Amino acid sequence: MSEQHASEHEHGLKFYWLVLFALLILTWVTYGAALIDFGHPWSDLVALAIAVTKATLVVSFFMHVKGATSMIKMSAVGGFFWLLIFFAFVLADVLTRPGMRDFF
Amino acid sequence: MSTQEFAFTPYPDLPKSHYLNVAYGLKSWLFTTDHKRIGILYLLSITFFFALGGLYATAIRLELLTPAGDMVQPDTYNRLFTMHGILMVFFFLVPSIPAVLGNFLLPLMIGAKDVAFPRLNLASWYMYMFGAGFTMYALFMGGVDTGWTFYTPFSSTYSNSYVAAVAVGIFINGFSSIFTGINFMVTIHRMRAPGMTWSRLPLFVWSHYATSLIMVLGTPVLAITIVLLAMERVFKLGFFDPALGGDPVLFQHLFWFYSHPAVYIMILPSMGVISEIIAAFSRKPIFGYKFVAFASMGIAILGFLVWGHHLFVSSQSLYAGLIFSILSMLVAVPSAVKVFNWTATLYKGSIEYSTPMFYALGFIGLFTIGGLTGLMLATIGIDVHVHDTYFVVAHFHYIMVGGALMGYLGGLHYWWPKITGRMYPGFWSHLSALIIFLGFNLTFFPQFVLGYLGMPRRYHSYPEEFQILHILSTAGASILAVGYIIPLVYFIWSLKYGEVAGDNPWDAVGLEWQTTSPPSLHNFDEIPVVDFEPYDYVEHEPVERPYRYSRSEA
Repeated sequence: MSEQHASEHEHGLKFYWLVLFALLILTWVTYGAALIDFGHPWSDLVALAIAVTKATLVVSFFMHVKGATSMIKMSAVGGFFWLLIFFAFVLADVLTRPGMRDFF
Repeated sequence: MSTQEFAFTPYPDLPKSHYLNVAYGLKSWLFTTDHKRIGILYLLSITFFFALGGLYATAIRLELLTPAGDMVQPDTYNRLFTMHGILMVFFFLVPSIPAVLGNFLLPLMIGAKDVAFPRLNLASWYMYMFGAGFTMYALFMGGVDTGWTFYTPFSSTYSNSYVAAVAVGIFINGFSSIFTGINFMVTIHRMRAPGMTWSRLPLFVWSHYATSLIMVLGTPVLAITIVLLAMERVFKLGFFDPALGGDPVLFQHLFWFYSHPAVYIMILPSMGVISEIIAAFSRKPIFGYKFVAFASMGIAILGFLVWGHHLFVSSQSLYAGLIFSILSMLVAVPSAVKVFNWTATLYKGSIEYSTPMFYALGFIGLFTIGGLTGLMLATIGIDVHVHDTYFVVAHFHYIMVGGALMGYLGGLHYWWPKITGRMYPGFWSHLSALIIFLGFNLTFFPQFVLGYLGMPRRYHSYPEEFQILHILSTAGASILAVGYIIPLVYFIWSLKYGEVAGDNPWDAVGLEWQTTSPPSLHNFDEIPVVDFEPYDYVEHEPVERPYRYSRSEA
């Protein structure tokens, strides 16, 4: 328990401010990217890539998943795997609707 | 033990100190962190909402006695079935077994003093009540008319009812589910008594583990969906309304990603109850214990992959429909494993027709009908024909009432002596179980026929040729209501006048029966050491011989 407690706080306060700063920068990047037309579907993909980067920072450092026990890591991965299931099946619907081939 | 000795065994007394008499007063209940008292708080709350949901059902059935819509206006009828569905699903069925029996029994069954997070447990009840408060506010202001499914764009754009208030209520209530799920998972992982290995866990615990998995993984999706709905309704952000650039089918995907697994939140705990009852009153270990345990996990996982069968007649693509149809067939496999294994357990068992056993046997029959008609609905060709008809209404009531509710009542009768330390009258409990079984079938079987003949759901008027079937259904509902009122009366009666049950009136195995009835504040005087296999009915010697309820309740 004490090892886990120590690993949770192995980074100093300064490190967390840096992560917060990175998140704020990425928020501005999101805003900036929204003003540029990368064309379809790249605009969406760029926005998603930035969002995934931000989520990774939050989950890894603010939620202490980096350096956590295997069980906690597995639970976190399980949550994202479930999200993936949802996306996969919804896309299996949306991408195979009549007319979608023309859309792409 | 000789016959002579048994005949003169005196009635047991209630233990001097137990969880009900360690403290008195409203404060001792509202600030309790004892899992047993929290279970009782939930019991009282969900009973209230069950009764309220039942009143709405009564109004619906009365309206449908005649073909003309002569009792209420169409808009009022919309509100009646919506409030019935919301109260029954979110405020009764989902919390029923996990929050009442699960809270009370799970720590007892694994030999723990409490759940892992007792304060979080109390917080879950407050979240439930807080969510219920918002819903009650909407109810008093006139209710909601969207159906419990909140389909967009009607709910997000056109409905003039109190959608936002109910959405907030369900959003908050969802956290109650998540708290319970997290608590159960951590408790099962971390707080098992020495010797209580995973392969010795009671199947009730296995099914609650699977249920918790669904609660934790699925409920946040419902919360997100409701937030999106509220944002579209209040701020006109386009998620689901085509006029705002949204996709209404996306709402259905999101909603059913939670709400189909939610059916398994309702039925899995019930299956756990049935496993306990079948073993106890067949005096046999459960046939294929590991298969039944893994079937619970199989149902929890596969249950997440089938939601698209609710969308066969939306604009979901045929390709996706095909995948969802096949996967829906697959989820029947672990369900069937359970039914076959229960039946195999009964085979050559020393069967006792106690009241809990009545409910368990009723469950097997009704759940099988509900499950098989579910397979029919998973077949696209049939679903297109009967979609949104009374066939679907009958199907899910066979699962939710014939399955989940029968399991809940069976469990309540099985563990009532443990919860209160007192017995209920055997004659009345047998009678009410029979009345419920008959009333249920008379209510819902005609609805299969109605649906197949083309009677759509959610209509308050209908062609005259359907009237006889609707009359049968309403008559059945009246009988069902009587069946539900009787246990309410004798359970309350038993609190004062019921005979003292003793610690183990059913002569059952399992750790919960090795402590006093009612249990002490910390459940066990000493943490038990488990050195026996689950459902060890052949070799296991009961800790305490039963008194006069041993095999007959009479």
